[in-house]
Amino acid sequence: MSAAIEPRSQRFTAPAVVIGALVGAVTVALVVMLWSLVATVVGGMVTTMPIGEALILGVLLGAFTGVVRGRRDTPVALAVGGGLLLALAYLALRAFRPLGLDAVQPIWGVVFAFVALGLAGFLVRYALRDLDLRRARRDVIERVIVRLLRGFGFAFFFVIILFPFWYMLSASLKTRAAMLRDPANLAIEFGLGAQTLLRGYWEVLFTFDFVRFIGNSALVATVTMVVTLIMAVLGAYAVTRLAFPGRTFLSRSILLIYMFPAIVLVIPLYAVFTQLGLRNTLPGLLIVYPATTIPVALYMLRSYFQTLPRDLEEAGLIDGCTRAQVIWRITLPLSMPAIASVGLYVFMIAWNEFLFAFMFLDSPAIFTLPRGMVMLDSQEVPRQYLMAGAMIITLPIMLLFFWFEKFLVGGLTAGGVKG
Amino acid sequence: MPARRRSLSAREARLAYVMLAPTFAVILLIVLFPVLLNVWISFKPVTLADLRAPAPVVNERAMEQPDAVGDELVLRLTMRNSSQRVPLHDVRWRKTLPPGLELERVDARCSQDGRVLTCRFGDWEGGHRETFELVFGAGAAYFDAGAPDVRAAPTEVRAQAENILTNFVFTLDNYRRIIAGPDFWSTLRITLAYTFFSSVGSILLGLFAAQLLNSSFRGQAFLRGLFLFPYVAPVIAVAFVWAFFLDPFSGTVNALGQRWDLMSEPISFLGQRSIGVSLFGLSFGFPLALATVIAFSSWNYFPFAFLFLLARLQAVPADMYEAADVDGAGPFQKFWFITLPNLAGVLAVLFLLRFMFLINKFEDIFLLTGGAAGTRNLPVLIYDEAFGRADIGAGSAVAMILFLVLLLFLFVYYRFAPETER
Repeated sequence: MSAAIEPRSQRFTAPAVVIGALVGAVTVALVVMLWSLVATVVGGMVTTMPIGEALILGVLLGAFTGVVRGRRDTPVALAVGGGLLLALAYLALRAFRPLGLDAVQPIWGVVFAFVALGLAGFLVRYALRDLDLRRARRDVIERVIVRLLRGFGFAFFFVIILFPFWYMLSASLKTRAAMLRDPANLAIEFGLGAQTLLRGYWEVLFTFDFVRFIGNSALVATVTMVVTLIMAVLGAYAVTRLAFPGRTFLSRSILLIYMFPAIVLVIPLYAVFTQLGLRNTLPGLLIVYPATTIPVALYMLRSYFQTLPRDLEEAGLIDGCTRAQVIWRITLPLSMPAIASVGLYVFMIAWNEFLFAFMFLDSPAIFTLPRGMVMLDSQEVPRQYLMAGAMIITLPIMLLFFWFEKFLVGGLTAGGVKG
Repeated sequence: MPARRRSLSAREARLAYVMLAPTFAVILLIVLFPVLLNVWISFKPVTLADLRAPAPVVNERAMEQPDAVGDELVLRLTMRNSSQRVPLHDVRWRKTLPPGLELERVDARCSQDGRVLTCRFGDWEGGHRETFELVFGAGAAYFDAGAPDVRAAPTEVRAQAENILTNFVFTLDNYRRIIAGPDFWSTLRITLAYTFFSSVGSILLGLFAAQLLNSSFRGQAFLRGLFLFPYVAPVIAVAFVWAFFLDPFSGTVNALGQRWDLMSEPISFLGQRSIGVSLFGLSFGFPLALATVIAFSSWNYFPFAFLFLLARLQAVPADMYEAADVDGAGPFQKFWFITLPNLAGVLAVLFLLRFMFLINKFEDIFLLTGGAAGTRNLPVLIYDEAFGRADIGAGSAVAMILFLVLLLFLFVYYRFAPETER
């Protein structure tokens, strides 16, 4: 409403038009690039990357948004409407050849042209909202740049995070021939039916015996988690609650021990385990894994125990509980969140562990999943199977992680020092 | 009652040691002992084949079977040293014979005591082979027992050999060979470049991500979870994914790049050591494969920096920004003069932590390139020497060099990291 009573002279300001045009160019270019990427790798369409056209459209749209500005804002309807009109004009000029699509795919192309430019109008307005653009003041320009960077940042991180995982999923459902025919097309062809789509999973699980590897990995990770937790709880309790000579030194060297690199330990352990006959065995792996996770688990639990009040434990001791009872009845229940997060973290490390599994395990009967993945890495095995294997090893840990995300984030920040 | 108090504190200390004992034991055995053993091995000429202890191998064959009392039984022993290099000492072969067999032709090295036959073959050089026949006369008791197969009778073969790991043969050749090797210095340079740029890359990405999510909006927690994906996923899975979508022939990135006219011909991101780039009239070789590996590691580990920086950002007092607003500071000034100084400590610690982890990183490079195309770092060199060339001693020597570099950085970390961040 306030825009209506603004003097006309204040509406048409050169800075608003220029800044609007620049913002529009960047915004439309980003939207079109994202569209082309998504339409190709998710939709399986044949796309072009019309950066030049996008920039021109963006300048027009942005300048328009700047022109129709009130004192601090462009009305939403005007911004979006401008985008839609521009889309119509574009389609009319190009004889309904859609934006960013190589072939004429009328429905998607037309829909996209409207959606993209309407959305771009909205975003340009959003990037310029609540700013006084009558003069190109430095802080105003900085704020515009920051808003553009935010938009770019979200797009960038979405792409770099989601693309690899989408590739993994899509490639696990594609035959070698389909992959070679059009490597850019990562659309899932649901029309093929579940049996064709899931063939890689079937082969990997049953022919390559991943069912067994899942069991081995689950066993190794669970035992590592339990052993680590027991030892780390005892150790962290001793370090935080009991006085003994060498306590400070020990407390400080825990993390130092964790910094000792696995790659330096692997040769001597290989040598000794070979001579002891422990090398190609799961117990051998189960000796090594807790040793690599105990220091960090102890460190994380120590940090948590330090925040717990001692009064309750002391009351328990005065009431005649033994230390064991105090730990079991008071300390453990109080630190359940920390124990859960440390446990998950250790489980994740053991589940993902590659180096020792790769060096120690030779017999397929005792392979863990990462070791099994290496077995799939050969010329004769289609990539589809490898990607199915990757999905099988990634999915459980992702599900666990999403389920317990809050715990894990707490744990990672508390002591988070994974390599 | 000082005596009683002392006994109380002594009891407490004892309890503490008991509770810490398993941890101590595991860390001593699996971490500290191997590190010391690594020092030891790095000065010894050990190959992969030496790790299996040498042993005498004895095959028995019955050449003649007796048919009646008084006939001869001839047993031929084909013997060898399983190792080509390591001598065996005091080789003994002992057999509990079936009843009724008497040694007929007496060899000086063998003696029979009742039914127990013992042969002492003395010392065998590496690769030693020997064939040896024992001739027995069969008595009635042998046939009474049903003429049992003499080879099935309980046998024991023993010898003493120096354990390659416990003897006192030392050499400096491992170090000499590694340091004088053609690639050592370039490997060291690549290691440092990979470590430095991956650390910086992951921290910059993490800083950017933390800035994006450092405001409360709906879905912030969800996005935080999403941003941790690269870090939580098993490296073996995501490394294969990267290798596949960067593939020059069937990779998505090259297909898209060519379709959109961003590149004229496929680029082998992980297979090409160097790519010509001309910038402002200057042309130089850009280490493509190394840069790709660095991009992968930055991607893989940015969530680690992101989490730490986000936690620290949320602890920056809001009134500092409010004061800056009053003073009319722009967002860049606020970032430069408030945010960065507040993050400086965490950034420094993060850099050191990441540096120390990445300098030991084996999987990333091993899985992506296997150390080819100018990406071999020290951890991959350890693997190549110890298991590729089967030279355990040389591998250990590289591991020691890596460990010394790491110790240097650990020292810096403990010297400069503030107490609270340790």
